[in-house]
Amino acid sequence: MPINITMPALSPTMEEGNLAKWLVKEGDTVSAGDVIAEIETDKATMEVEAVDEGKVGKIVVPEGTNGVKVNELIAVLLEDGEDASAIGSAPAAPAAPESASAPAAEAPVAAAPASAAPAGPAPKAADGNRIFSSPLARRLAQQGGLELTAISGSGPHGRIVKRDVEAAIASGTGKAAAAPAADAPKAAASAMPSGPSSDQVLKLFEDGSYDLVPHDGMRKTIAKRLQESKQTIPHFYVSVDCELDALLALRAQLNGAAPKDGDGKPVYKLSVNDMTIKALALALRDVPDANVSWTDENMVKHKHADVGVAVSIPGGLITPIIRSAELKPLSVISNEMKDMGARAKAKKLKPEEYQGGTTAVSNMGMMGVKDFSAVVNPPHATILAVGAGEKRPVVKDDALAIATVMTVTLSTDHRCVDGALGAELLAAFKGYIQNPMSMLV
Amino acid sequence: MAGTSYDVIIVGSGPGGYVTAIRAAQLGLKTAIVEREHLGGICLNWGCIPTKALLRSAEILDHANHAKSYGLTLEGKMTADVKDVVARSRGVSARLNGGVGYLMKKNKIDVIWGEAKLTKPGEIVVVKSSKPAVQPQNPVPKGVLGEGTYAAKHIIVATGARPRALPGIEPDGKLIWTYFEAMKPDVMPKSMVVMGSGAIGIEFASFYVSMGVDVTVVELMSQVMPVEDEEISKIARKALEKRGMKIITEAKVSKVDKAANSITAHVETKDGKVQQITADRLISAVGVQGNIENLGLEALGVKTDRGCVVIDGYGNTNVPGVYAIGDVSGPPMLAHKAEHEGVVCIEKIAGLPNVHAMDKSKIPGCTYCNPQVASVGLTEAKAKAEGRDIRVGRYSFNANGKAIALGEDNGMIKTIFDKKTGELIGAHMVGAEVTELIQGFVVAMNLETTEEELMHTIFPHPTLSEMMKESVLDAYGKVLNA
Repeated sequence: MPINITMPALSPTMEEGNLAKWLVKEGDTVSAGDVIAEIETDKATMEVEAVDEGKVGKIVVPEGTNGVKVNELIAVLLEDGEDASAIGSAPAAPAAPESASAPAAEAPVAAAPASAAPAGPAPKAADGNRIFSSPLARRLAQQGGLELTAISGSGPHGRIVKRDVEAAIASGTGKAAAAPAADAPKAAASAMPSGPSSDQVLKLFEDGSYDLVPHDGMRKTIAKRLQESKQTIPHFYVSVDCELDALLALRAQLNGAAPKDGDGKPVYKLSVNDMTIKALALALRDVPDANVSWTDENMVKHKHADVGVAVSIPGGLITPIIRSAELKPLSVISNEMKDMGARAKAKKLKPEEYQGGTTAVSNMGMMGVKDFSAVVNPPHATILAVGAGEKRPVVKDDALAIATVMTVTLSTDHRCVDGALGAELLAAFKGYIQNPMSMLV
Repeated sequence: MAGTSYDVIIVGSGPGGYVTAIRAAQLGLKTAIVEREHLGGICLNWGCIPTKALLRSAEILDHANHAKSYGLTLEGKMTADVKDVVARSRGVSARLNGGVGYLMKKNKIDVIWGEAKLTKPGEIVVVKSSKPAVQPQNPVPKGVLGEGTYAAKHIIVATGARPRALPGIEPDGKLIWTYFEAMKPDVMPKSMVVMGSGAIGIEFASFYVSMGVDVTVVELMSQVMPVEDEEISKIARKALEKRGMKIITEAKVSKVDKAANSITAHVETKDGKVQQITADRLISAVGVQGNIENLGLEALGVKTDRGCVVIDGYGNTNVPGVYAIGDVSGPPMLAHKAEHEGVVCIEKIAGLPNVHAMDKSKIPGCTYCNPQVASVGLTEAKAKAEGRDIRVGRYSFNANGKAIALGEDNGMIKTIFDKKTGELIGAHMVGAEVTELIQGFVVAMNLETTEEELMHTIFPHPTLSEMMKESVLDAYGKVLNA
């Protein structure tokens, strides 16, 4: 039987992807683990590995094809002894979600009760809207320990059907415990009034006075998530000025003392941003009530400060995450940031490197911005907008003095972090920035 | 013909082709359809529909012959007038053939009359048909386009299939019939051998048994209707034999001798023994094969396999812009499969969102012999062969009130569930009206119901459909009326 290779779901939110590149051609022999294609998703370019061995019988979706739906047939693998004439006998439907695996696909923990448990009533999304799903899909999700809110439906009107659950099981997405609250606003967002239609917008401009550039996956994701955020999260903002002179002095001292590696290069070179990440992580450790995520039912209180860092890349941005940053030495944070920043620009981050997180830092200081406020990116409850460090007149001991000052603004989800709590977090942050030695102990 | 350029041209106006054309027109595509013989194809001219008309005559005759058991007395004897039975069947076809013509006009679909050849990507040449039309032929519709060269961005091959012939036993139209001749007998033969017990063979065998013909069915496999569930097939066989049909399984017709007005079939059974059966006529019903010839497919490099065009789940062939649907693209060769395949194909071409590839696991099949047989999904044997852990439910017609009231208490409804998930993976039926019942389970399967929803569904009383629920209950040890 020929084996169908289908578009894998590389992240929980992935509905479609672009087939960026084929690394094999028809007739090539592949074995399990070989990289056969590159898929460009909304956030990254990912490699697809073969999980079976065989000969590439047919490439169904040519490279450069955009908007290939998850589970759509992309190629057919022939087993030993089969020739291309057997292709027609492969199940034409997206029947083999397991034939191409996402990175680190988890095997579902099958409960396998002797008598199948009832599938239960139709679940509701966190915002109370009904999630449409087939009874069989509900039962499969329940048996596989999956949360329907994390699965996107491919049936009529987005109904979740068997193939969607099977694909989620195969790709390891939608595990009940890991389902982020972020998926909840999905249904609500679609019910919100949207802006003017394309035609209404274009009518306002003269023909030929513009070019149309179709949105890529990343642009659509940015638009969707930030619109959701602003529509569902009550934002408020707290700003504070931090004096940087002590931090800059310490940074110079630490960088000067950095040991050299075999090539004579320092093994770390700390930036102000690295120290900002660490200060925010420690502040969240000290004010744990602010290290939270909102769900309709529960306050999710995080045990570690996972700090996302917005990295601007051509065509958009992405937010790699420094996990448990409160526990990591500055040198580790710095080197992780360098590595992930570079891979972010090459669109080579893995989903687990940019999904989740408990807070974020957005730094526009290097562009000379004095201050700004950022949009909370759920499941985070906070995001810190960092301006430029610049020499400003300050009053010290009732006299004018010069200090290097940086203005930061904390945007906060008021549903889970109230005003005073936000101020407390920012005060703790300022403490670490202005007394940077405390970050080292 | 300059200026005659279409978005899509469909070659063949059978149930797959004409439905695809209508859908294409609905989607705003400029559409033409090529037909060489009869709008509606085999299905409504020489297949599904006219045979149902014949079988309806047979059914009424069967009921009349059992009038006594309903307390009714028929003065004199009810007999079939073969010419009138055939004439009614042809009339039914003619009405529907005209209906397809109306639908083409209503949807502004150009009908091109003749035989098409794909000359190069995006182009066909239509010439006069080289195949003599089966008689009687319905009139050529008015306003059709004629021979010439036509261009289209997309060309969908929907040329259907024709009877397969066994070497040495080729149909001659006189003594050895295909379904064409079997559908329009001039006089009723006294005896007949039917070679093959698939849907076509067994339906004709059932019809001719009702008409009083001495019918012997020869089947190569171990059961009649080999694709059906074994248990269901056995019940059907018993009922057919009770009606007077002779059935020889695991046997083949190795040779046919022809006399002036009869044949002698040499029937070889598995043990190597040969018996000679002499009969007036032999019907060859050993399957159908795709019409892939003279279409220019070879020259374009379109891949074919065992007489069918090779396609993916959306009707795409290996050549861009050339598609195939229906019988010509492979089994199951059923009208409703062709229709759905065509709709999927054209919606994909039109770029509609959420078009899903053809799912062949939920295609129902119906056979209109007496008793009827209907099924969808996996048989018990296939489910087991796939290594599935299953639950099987059964319910007999002899415990259903409506069946007993109808005087139709022989039959069974069988359901097969995946034990772990409760997914309905197969349903199989034999008995009165089951061809109208099966769709309940097809809908259930497509909505992905489990046994739970079926058990919570209220079935009307008194109906045959109640047996569907009882069968589901039986699979879970909860049957009520048994």
